[in-house]
Formats: sequence, C-alpha cells, structure tokens
Amino acid sequence: MVSSSNFLDLDLDKQKKIKLGLDLQGGSYLLLELDNEPVIKQKLQSKLLEIKDYFKKNKIKILSLKFDDKLIKLKVSKDDVEKISEIFSDKESTINPYYFQYKAHQLDVKINGDVFNLELSKYGIILIKNASLDQAIEIVRKRVDEVGTNEPNILKRGNDRILLELPGLDNPDRIKSLLGKTADLAFRLESKSSNESFGTEKLKLIETGEELLLSKRVIISGDNLVDASPRMDSLNNQTVVSFTLDRVGSKRFAQATKRNIGTRLAIVLDGQIISAPVIKDVIAGGSGQISGGFTFQSATDLALLLRSGALPAPLNIIEERTVGPDLGQDSINAGILSLIIGFLLVIGFMTLKYRIFGIIANLTLIINLILLISILTLLEATLTLPGIAGIILTVGMAVDANVLIFERIKEETSKEKNNLIAFDNGYSKSKITILDANITTIIAAIILFIFGSGPVKGFSITLCVGILTTLFSVFFIARLLTSIYVKINKHKEIIIK
Amino acid sequence: MKKDYRFNQYYKSLNVFSIALILLSLIFLIFKGLNYGVDFKGGTLIEIRVETEKPDIEVLRSSFNKLNLGKISIKNFGSDNDFVVKFKRDELNDPEFIENLQRNLSQELNQDFSFRRVENVGPKVSSELLKAGVTAICLSLMAMLIYIWIRFEWQFSVGAIAALFHDVIITLGIFSALGLEINLSIVAAVLTIVGYSMNDTVVIYDRVRENLKKYSDIKIFDLTNLSINETLSRTIITSSTTLLALLSIFLFGGEILKGFSLAMILGVILGTYSSIFIANPLLVSFKVSQKTVLKEDN
Repeated sequence: MVSSSNFLDLDLDKQKKIKLGLDLQGGSYLLLELDNEPVIKQKLQSKLLEIKDYFKKNKIKILSLKFDDKLIKLKVSKDDVEKISEIFSDKESTINPYYFQYKAHQLDVKINGDVFNLELSKYGIILIKNASLDQAIEIVRKRVDEVGTNEPNILKRGNDRILLELPGLDNPDRIKSLLGKTADLAFRLESKSSNESFGTEKLKLIETGEELLLSKRVIISGDNLVDASPRMDSLNNQTVVSFTLDRVGSKRFAQATKRNIGTRLAIVLDGQIISAPVIKDVIAGGSGQISGGFTFQSATDLALLLRSGALPAPLNIIEERTVGPDLGQDSINAGILSLIIGFLLVIGFMTLKYRIFGIIANLTLIINLILLISILTLLEATLTLPGIAGIILTVGMAVDANVLIFERIKEETSKEKNNLIAFDNGYSKSKITILDANITTIIAAIILFIFGSGPVKGFSITLCVGILTTLFSVFFIARLLTSIYVKINKHKEIIIK
Repeated sequence: MKKDYRFNQYYKSLNVFSIALILLSLIFLIFKGLNYGVDFKGGTLIEIRVETEKPDIEVLRSSFNKLNLGKISIKNFGSDNDFVVKFKRDELNDPEFIENLQRNLSQELNQDFSFRRVENVGPKVSSELLKAGVTAICLSLMAMLIYIWIRFEWQFSVGAIAALFHDVIITLGIFSALGLEINLSIVAAVLTIVGYSMNDTVVIYDRVRENLKKYSDIKIFDLTNLSINETLSRTIITSSTTLLALLSIFLFGGEILKGFSLAMILGVILGTYSSIFIANPLLVSFKVSQKTVLKEDN
C-alpha cells in the first residue's frame, strides 16, 4: 500500500477505521432485481387448489373456473354466493388470511352476480415478494460466500431488490454468472408415451441439442441435495459433479431407479437438460454423479450452485458499477493532494487577511478537521471520493462562521471601548446568523442523503458532519482562543484587519 | 476601513442582465437539452487506459466500431492514456459481456489496455435515478422556501428562492451550452449550491432585517445597499476560501470530480452575485419597510 492510505486509516481504538467506499478501494456494486412474476403466478395457482379442496369439503359446487396469471374467476350457483362471500371475508379463515398489521386480506374478492373474481391484494403481493426476497438473499449470501470475496455487503432494497457490494473485486463476471442462474434442479424421467400431453414437456439437451419428452413429475429436486462437489471420474477421465441426497431423496431415488431400469433419467437445470443417462441399475446409496461434458470450472460452479440451493425466482442485474483498484488508488491520491492544497490555500489566505485572528481561525480549522475525521471514524462512515470533496468543501466553508464573528467584532470595537464587551457582543450577535446560514446547508445535505445513492451519499455525510463540527469548533474552541487573547490584551486597542 | 459602494445603482441593469441570462439558459435547456450521462440515460460506460505512448483516439474508435456495439461515444478522459467509452445497452444480464468485449477488443486493438472502471445502468434504474435527482432538487428548494418563511417574512422568502432559481437555472444552462455531462455528482453539486447560495443570502438578509429595525428613516433601496456593504468583507472572504477549496478539487482532485467542482465553482460565483443583485432588489420591489419586520415581533 502507498503510504497515503495510512492517513485515512486513522486508528482510534484499533478496531474502528474509516471504511473506504468502492470508488476508492476498488470493487463492484451490483443491484439485482428479483423477477417475482412466476412466484406470484405459482402462489395463485396453489391458492386455487386450496380453494377447490376447501369447497369440495364444504360441498360447494364450482360451476366453471377460469385462471389466468393474475386472476381467478369462479362461477358458482346463485344460492351459494352469500355463503362463499362470508367465507372470503371471514377474518379467521385460512382460505383468505387476514393480516391484522395491514388491515387487509390476502385476496381481493369482487363479486359480479354469481361470478367471483379473486386477485392477490396489494399486501398479499408484498408479503409474497418479501418472503421471496428473504429467501433469495439467503441464497445470494451462500453463493457469494462460497466464491470467497472479501467482506461482501448484502442489503435488501425495497421488496424486490438486493444490493451487493463486493470490495476489492475488479472482475465481477464470475459472481454475475453465478447469480444469474436460478439453479432449479430436477431429476425427471423420460416419458413413455411418444406424443405431448398435459403431464409431459419437451426439453432440449444442452450438449447435443436433442429434444426429449419428459414427464413433469419431479423425482428429486435440488432441495433433496445435501452436498455436491466436482470430481474427476477415474473410469473415463471426465469431470463430474458428485452429489449426496438426504434421506427422503435417497429413498425416492432408489425406488424410481428400481422401477425404471432401461429408461432415461433426465437431469434438468433451469429448464434445460444437462444430461440424460439410461438407468442401468438401482441407485440405493443416496449418492450419484452428474456428467455433462463439464470443464473443471463449470463443474465447480455447478456444484457450488447446487450446494447453495435454488433461487425462488430469476435475478436480473439492473445496475453495475465496478472500479479497478488502481483507479481507486489514483482517486485516493488525487483526493488527498487536493485536500492538502485546498487546506494550505485557505490557511494562507486567512493568515494574510486576519493575521493573529487568522491563526486562531486556522487552529480552529485544524481542530475542526481532526474532529470531522474522528467522528466519521466513530460512525464507521464510508469515505468516498465525493466524500473527500465534501471535506475539502468544509475546509473552505468552515472559516465562514469565524469570519462572520470577526467582522462583527470589528464593528463592535468601533462603537464599544471595552474590549471584553465588544467581543462578547460580536459572538452573541452573529450567533443567529451563523445558525441560520448553516441550517440551510444542512437541509440540502440531508435531502441529498435521503435521495442520493452510493458515493454521493458519502458526500452528504461528510458535509453534514462537517457543518456540525464547524459549529462546535467555532463556538467552543475559537471562542476560547479569542477570549484568552482578548483577556491578555484587555487594555490595548485590538485591531482586526 | 468603511466600505461604501453604490451597489444599488446597478440593481436595474444587472437585473436585466440576469433575466437575459436566465432566458438564454432556458432556451439552451429547452432546445439543446442536457447531456445526461449513463446515470440518467442508462447504458454502459467504460473507462479504459491504453498503455502505449500517445495512443490515437481514432484507432481506438475504429476498434470499438468493429465490435457492433451500436452508436458509441469515445472521449479523452484526463490524461492522454485514458478514455471514456459510452454506448447504449439494455440487456445487462449477460455475465460474460465485459469479458467478451475485453477479448474482442484486444484482438482488434494491438495495444495493451485495461478497463479501469465499468458502469452499467439499466433503463429502469436510470429513470429512477433521474426522478430521484429532480425530486431532491425540487424538495430542497421547497425546504428552503419554508425555512426562510419561518425565519423571515414572505418577501424575504420569495427573494431568496428567486436567487436560488437564478443560480440553479444558469448553472444548468451553462452545462447545457457547453455540453457538459450531467450525472449523479452534478445533482449533488446543485443541491450544495442551493445550500450555499441560501447561506449567503441569509447572511445579508439577517443584516437587512437588523437594519430595518434600527433605522426607520432609511428607505429600503439604500438600506439594502448599507447591509450589503456591512457584510461585504465576509461575503468576499467566504466566497474566496470556498472558491480556493473548490479550485483545488478542480485542479488536483482527478477527472471524476471535474464536473462536480466546476458546477460548484459556477454555483458559488452565481450564488454570491445573486444574493447581492437578485435577493436585494426584490426586497426593494416588494417595498419592504420597518413595518414588515416589526409585525413579526408582536
């Protein structure tokens, strides 16, 4: 590391450090969005099954039924309308759960004569999204941890987004490709019938492009996997992924292989067949291996995906920002150079302008800067390049309060002979102005903090803290220094240039 | 050293000048528009460093053009070796995109290079960022209006806000005229300008109010002039130190902060000017008098 970075690693108690933003230390920022549409559709579909079961039990006849992705239409006999509408509005019912915290049901029910239109309510959708997001974050964390990056930061954003910060990572391609896969694994048998029907589906084999007709029934899914790892198959020198199943999975696998010897078993990942070997014998041990022309890297990735589990829905990358480490270091160097030069310029200017009082203002400024950096450290705030700009700007604007006071004292000394009174008046009369003037900047900084993102947030933090430390240093430190000076020179004429 | 400049003599002519500048800025903003960066327009930005001596931008451009990226823009960025390439891309999901691009480029371009920075912003995010930026600026103007309304009389509030609009519109107008890029950090700069310009106006207004209470016989036209003179050294010193700090960021803070510091420099100059020549003449037009501020104390 270049020595300049030590400047920022200001240790207070050896644990707390100013964290450097991704724009300074290099790294990747990814914003991912969960595509929840399939999840919502699936939820509504299972809701429909639930309703059908419930109605059957309660001997209510459904005359006709329509389901598209977002809407269920139920036509019932006219005599049942009232009974059904009671069931749907019952706050205790399990069929249309009532969320007390939102004061809303899971389903919005609209009655149109003898037709019931059922839709997921706003809160019904939010709860589904939240559950799916929580699940997705778990999976994302597992996958990112497996890659072994340095202190990743994974945060929820709204109810369908995940913010991923990966410090020090200058090539996020591997993570991106790992997160881009849902990793929905299923073992399914080739259908015995030759034409497509409701229970079957045609899928492509990745390697050869061959199409197979598969039964929709899933024998074992990714949930049944307890472990997966890449391995070298010693028989044919192929890279394979070996897996271990849980108890339920091994039992089912054994049964299925026993009954279907001679049939092809397709291993389906995200809607594509990886491989489809012919079952030669019963597989009873609860473990097996997947081959599919893997390279060692692709086998490692697949094993990783299988270990971490399937995402509830596909994740899309909607924003990506990556900064290489050398640009980060250049930014640190430039930031510090401009801070030092800006600081020297301001100090030089104040000394020339105010002489002894300029030195007081400069001492205040130095203490102000130390306070600012200490507080940022205590808050464990993230320092970004705009954040450094905020510190420099603070240096430029911090002298404002002192200048206001000095100018005021200058006016007071021309009217008031007693130095002590003149100084006191100077401070008290300029206080309101200083507060007013600084509050406006704080308002702007707070709004920026709320609406800003990433590096810009760092700017608003340093600006805000900078104003607070400025007010403190001016009213406590500078005041102390000036009062000492004035007391010593009580009887002399004091001139502020 | 008592200062007594006749600022109020220039109220009228400078107001005409300001209105002309605002109109000109609006014309630029409406007809030429702002040059939005990838933050607000979406797309891909790549900062690339070519490790040869004095690389030719045309060679780089023709190499990029062979990669079928659609319309690309390529500009020198700071040093001779650094360039920023921008192009539109709606699909961000291809994880190998950058890797492939790097490989294809190295075949086309027979020079060593590295990607120093990559930014991909999807259309959804960019429109959200733009909305958030506009909301933040509007909200800050509103917050200032309310704050000054609470602290002063409405005439002051209107004067201060007019000065703010003046600063923000002209700063953006200059960015439009020069075709400078508007990105997230420019929004940050505009908000800070709002804070700074307000700060400057408040200091003078505070003095105006104090003088209004003190002198019943001075007309507002001369009273604003007196107040401006009394606070003049502070105005000059504070803008000087702030400008010194900003100049240091502009010259030494690196290419990324150039736009930000330039916007701030413009804003500070405009803010200082407007708190004298916009905020004060408006108090004169509103015929603010001792009565206006004494009502508040009752």
